[in-house]
Amino acid sequence: MSHYLVTVTPRDSSTASPQALYLLAGPELTPQAVARLTAELLHDPVVQAATWCALAELPAATQAGLLAEIAYKPGVTDNEAESVLEGARRLGLTGLKTVRTLRRYPLAAGENAAERYNDLIQTVLIYQGTAAPAERRAWYEHLLETPAPVAPHVARVPIRSADDAELQRISKTGVLALDLAEMQAIRAYYASVGRDPTDGELETIAQTWSEHCSHKTFKARVRYRRRETGDGRRETGDQRPETDEHAQDAEHNNLSASFAPSAVKTTPDLYPAYHILEGGEVEINSLIKTFLMSATQQVLETRNSQLVTRNSDWVLSAFVDNAGIIAFTDDYEVSFKVETHNHPSALEPFGGANTGVGGVIRDVLGVSAKPIANTDVLCFGPFAMAEPPPGVLHPRRVCQGVVAGVRDYGNKLGIPTVNGAVLFDEGYTANPLVFCGTVGLAPRGKHPRNVQPGDAVVVLGGRTGRDGIHGATFSSEELTHTTAEEVGSAVQIGDPITEKKLLDVLLQARDMGLYSAITDCGAGGLSSAVGEMGAETGAVVELEHVPLKYAGLQPWEIWLSEAQERMVLAVPPQHLPAFLALCEAEDVEASAIGHFTDDQTLRVLHGGASVVELGMAFLHDGRPQRVLEAVWEERTKNQEPRTDLPQDKVLGSRFSVLAALKMLLAHPNIASKERIVRTYDHEVGGATVIKPLVGAALDGPGNAAVLQPLRHSMAGLAVGCGINPRYGRIDPYWMALACVDEALRNVVAVGGDPNQTAILDNFCWGDPRLPDRMAGLVRAAAGCYDAAVAFGTPYISGKDSLNNEYRDAAGNRVAIPPTLLISALAHVPDVRQCVTMDAKEPGNYIYLLGETRNELGGSHLTDLRLTIDDLRLGGVLADNQSPIANLPKVDLAAARRTFAALHGAMRAGLVRACHDLSEGGLAVAAAEMAIAGELGIQLGIEGVELRNSSTTTNESVILNAQRSILYSETPSRFLVEVAPANAAAFESAMAEVVLTRLGTVQASPQFVVRDGDDVLIDVSVADLKAAWQGGLEGSGL
Amino acid sequence: MARVLILRAPGINRDADAAAAVELAGGQPERVHVNRLAEGGVQLRDYAMLIVPGGFSYGDHMGAGKLLAVDLIHRLGEQLADFVADGRPVLGICNGFQVLVKAGILPGRTENQEPSLPRRSTSSRAAQTRGTENEVRVTLTDNSSNRFECRWVQLAANPTSPCIFTRGIERPIEVPVAHGEGRLVIGDAETESRLQQAGHVALRYVAADGSLAAYPANPNGSHGQIAGLCNAQGNVLGLMPHPENAVLPQQHPRWTRQPWRTEGDGLAIFRNAVGYAQSL
Repeated sequence: MSHYLVTVTPRDSSTASPQALYLLAGPELTPQAVARLTAELLHDPVVQAATWCALAELPAATQAGLLAEIAYKPGVTDNEAESVLEGARRLGLTGLKTVRTLRRYPLAAGENAAERYNDLIQTVLIYQGTAAPAERRAWYEHLLETPAPVAPHVARVPIRSADDAELQRISKTGVLALDLAEMQAIRAYYASVGRDPTDGELETIAQTWSEHCSHKTFKARVRYRRRETGDGRRETGDQRPETDEHAQDAEHNNLSASFAPSAVKTTPDLYPAYHILEGGEVEINSLIKTFLMSATQQVLETRNSQLVTRNSDWVLSAFVDNAGIIAFTDDYEVSFKVETHNHPSALEPFGGANTGVGGVIRDVLGVSAKPIANTDVLCFGPFAMAEPPPGVLHPRRVCQGVVAGVRDYGNKLGIPTVNGAVLFDEGYTANPLVFCGTVGLAPRGKHPRNVQPGDAVVVLGGRTGRDGIHGATFSSEELTHTTAEEVGSAVQIGDPITEKKLLDVLLQARDMGLYSAITDCGAGGLSSAVGEMGAETGAVVELEHVPLKYAGLQPWEIWLSEAQERMVLAVPPQHLPAFLALCEAEDVEASAIGHFTDDQTLRVLHGGASVVELGMAFLHDGRPQRVLEAVWEERTKNQEPRTDLPQDKVLGSRFSVLAALKMLLAHPNIASKERIVRTYDHEVGGATVIKPLVGAALDGPGNAAVLQPLRHSMAGLAVGCGINPRYGRIDPYWMALACVDEALRNVVAVGGDPNQTAILDNFCWGDPRLPDRMAGLVRAAAGCYDAAVAFGTPYISGKDSLNNEYRDAAGNRVAIPPTLLISALAHVPDVRQCVTMDAKEPGNYIYLLGETRNELGGSHLTDLRLTIDDLRLGGVLADNQSPIANLPKVDLAAARRTFAALHGAMRAGLVRACHDLSEGGLAVAAAEMAIAGELGIQLGIEGVELRNSSTTTNESVILNAQRSILYSETPSRFLVEVAPANAAAFESAMAEVVLTRLGTVQASPQFVVRDGDDVLIDVSVADLKAAWQGGLEGSGL
Repeated sequence: MARVLILRAPGINRDADAAAAVELAGGQPERVHVNRLAEGGVQLRDYAMLIVPGGFSYGDHMGAGKLLAVDLIHRLGEQLADFVADGRPVLGICNGFQVLVKAGILPGRTENQEPSLPRRSTSSRAAQTRGTENEVRVTLTDNSSNRFECRWVQLAANPTSPCIFTRGIERPIEVPVAHGEGRLVIGDAETESRLQQAGHVALRYVAADGSLAAYPANPNGSHGQIAGLCNAQGNVLGLMPHPENAVLPQQHPRWTRQPWRTEGDGLAIFRNAVGYAQSL
């Protein structure tokens, strides 16, 4: 075997680029071939210098100081190495058989090399630059070793003789994530068939029954009850989440009893689910059926009964396929799916986010659609955090890696990333959240779901390796300080170009009608894909036909591997030759690995040996329904404002309206995300007609993006989202309403039709086996029902990610804040009528739509670095107004009227700009309009009637009213810019909406807010912009 | 109607965008996989124009466009050299520009009409000496910001360039860029003066007021604000920005603030190219 090392060095030593090293090997690899590879493939002579040598003649490096060389561990996907092999083939240099790529960094004095790599997937050699080369040579030889072949082996697990303790041990040590009742059901099944399961069968059942694949919490029977007393004691005392740490504070407990009367009337006809939960103890059989599927059904029945045009066939697929599907035009349909990839991103941020994007794209391919847009919503710990808990990556590193991972995959697939959000909260430090969404477009009626016995089982795309084993079950466990060591194999590395090739051939195969069913190969790998696709028929798979990345995989590993970029198709035998030819023509590897049968049995063989033989009925219906307890204790106190911050971050004792505005604009959740958005290609496809960044300088925060996916039709799609975990900490019911409202506000604000909007739910929660977490989940699902039914927005797809908890070495548990993401996909009748949020023209009027209430609970104002005394002195919190009572609530009747009236005004061409009010309320939204338009805005708030507020003239109450008007986060509100000539028409269009004319757009770029004669804010727009654009300083982005 | 071959390859992803622009400009686009050309099932000479579109061909490892450049040299070398020598228009956009530069097609030679495309070399001796014969002294590499950037830029056409794609473009045009490796680097002063004299510089980034652009108006830190290069004959153009994503009025990022346009600025480039191809 001939081994060589090629070293590529940047000519410009001032760049931060490391040296690139390539280990090349092959029994017949000649020095001439290495010279050609070096000259023609491995370096760019204008900016790089390259040298090569045989490993046997490796010279000592001559750099002084410590050097670190980083390589992928053997078996980890190395896309660049594959490219070198591909290039060598193109050059006709067939002697090259093995490639490893490395990067070499000089280490600064005292630098920790651990910051530069992830030891889950990479390995490092640190050495003195001038040291003798023997150690390096040995390391290189080790990297080039191929693993020794392993004899395939099918093991049996003695489950029939296991007692309950042994069952639990089997589940725990095998990362099966099955509970005792489930293990008992498996034991009973095998007792009845008279044998023990194979390792492959047990793994297949565990994947199929995992939370990830079967949603057993959302399908559980739940006993929900409220606990009225405020004694602060809880059943799960030692497992209280961090978010409850103030619940025992007796001082505030009486507040829950006096849950403030709200201007929002929660009448049973509009808030039916809320009233169910008010009724003491209730049992709910399946959250998904009770609150989500039934909401969709209710919406569709109502629409049909009202004979709204075209609606009977509007929702084409909900909760059935890999993605939800709605009709778009007469000829085309659109699909939408949002997934999470939280646990993988916690361990390896780039790879986790990268494969998260890849996974959701395959979901859309799984409904035979062309992906046309991506969304990403990211939740991280605070980037300014000093030291993260043990075993947890620093939020800055998570944030950088995740953003880069999203960018890499989306950009390389040529799918524009058009909508998203980034939130920072301490609760996400150990458990970051990565929501990835994809919108698809397909001709109507081209997605087949028609598996027939005899159809070939075809796997295509990437090869199968040991990567990602146990992904589905590992995501059903909490993370601990040692998770990384235990389930490192669950980490996945993406290969976007392989997925792009897959995409290219699948769309051609669809148009040629070559397959009868298609699904993605995601969590659970082939076991889930084939098991689901053949659920009604049965299937036989012969694992030796599955193309492998390398030898040495056990049969169960081939069957369970979650290696990326694979799809599984059912191909009728008469189309198989054409299908395989199509794949070959585009360099896509495809293999028939078995066929579908008619015996309702899943059979998996390897070299003739039986790996799995399971009845489909037991696999899919044998899991005992979970029974879960849910105990709701109203949060009796909001999180205290922080008091542990440096003095310079704390406002003086006198509350300053202006300082608060600047601090809000610089709040990481509100601040400009331009530095992230610019790294995503949002132009590819040419369909992004309202872009994520808008305004005079193209740096304003758009409400939602709009796509015009068909050149021959002016119809568009608006994509928006709503998320607010700060409300979730207080009451997930009202959070859910606020999230649906926000997602709708986003899309309506750009021109989306509120009467033609479909939504998606994504729940990220803690451990549902803890009654307090489960109660929150019940309340959120109930809120989802009430909101969707009232707004007439059906859920077409949903997903949950539970067990987002972290347990440290001492056993302390921390759950993420209850988090619900609502994603909205709205029909836009004509994209030429779309509206952006930037202020357009001096002299135009600014109106406030919607009622403003004193709702500062959970607001970003209360998250500012103010002390509790500041808040009280400033009147943010009046004595009788706790943040709990003042959580923003959606007046569903009024909200629906507002959205409909606004959409009508937009269609009539009356609206020049529109911005929805969200985090930070009115003042922030108005400031953003001025910033984006590079124009001034003058507002007077004296005309705003603050509902649900005392009418006394007490000074503190007046101050409180000003704060509330400016910073309250009351939902369902918009700021709208209207030309004076259209004012009368606009006002009459808003006859049934609370409407206030606040002021005008100004040519001079000054932002002024008055309350009568009292000037509350007078600041240059440039000052506000600087604050807003500086909010992510220090994030490393 | 001019048949325009739009090259597909693993990782190319703006082929449909380019096809839509060609269609709007009156051409007849056909998206063809590089394997079909290599096998001979499709002949380049049957087309009036070639576009190498944007994307991340073969993953863009070892430098953006490198592997597809190697592929073109070794599998399509003769066909492509003949096509260029015939004077038929070739447009490389973004990744396509990177491919044309790394394949040595751009900027190409200036002294004579011989195309500079390196022919496939079979002997190792030829391989070893090739570097000195055809040394490429221009490349596209990492943006000076060290990040991928998606933003709109303004481009000014060089009136003294022989470039057939930019004819008649007198005012700066607005188009988006979306790339991480678009910084044009020129290896030596001699190459630079050669490029200037022969009018290879077809497009430059300019600031909003028409002056020379600094970052972010020059989004990648390109030497001399160079956004696009053509060959000496003017029939091959490579540029980093995406005129194919600026052909419709509603693709403009400020259309909601400005009077409605009739078309996007990028369409002029495609109209020039298709018109020229038809005239051959």
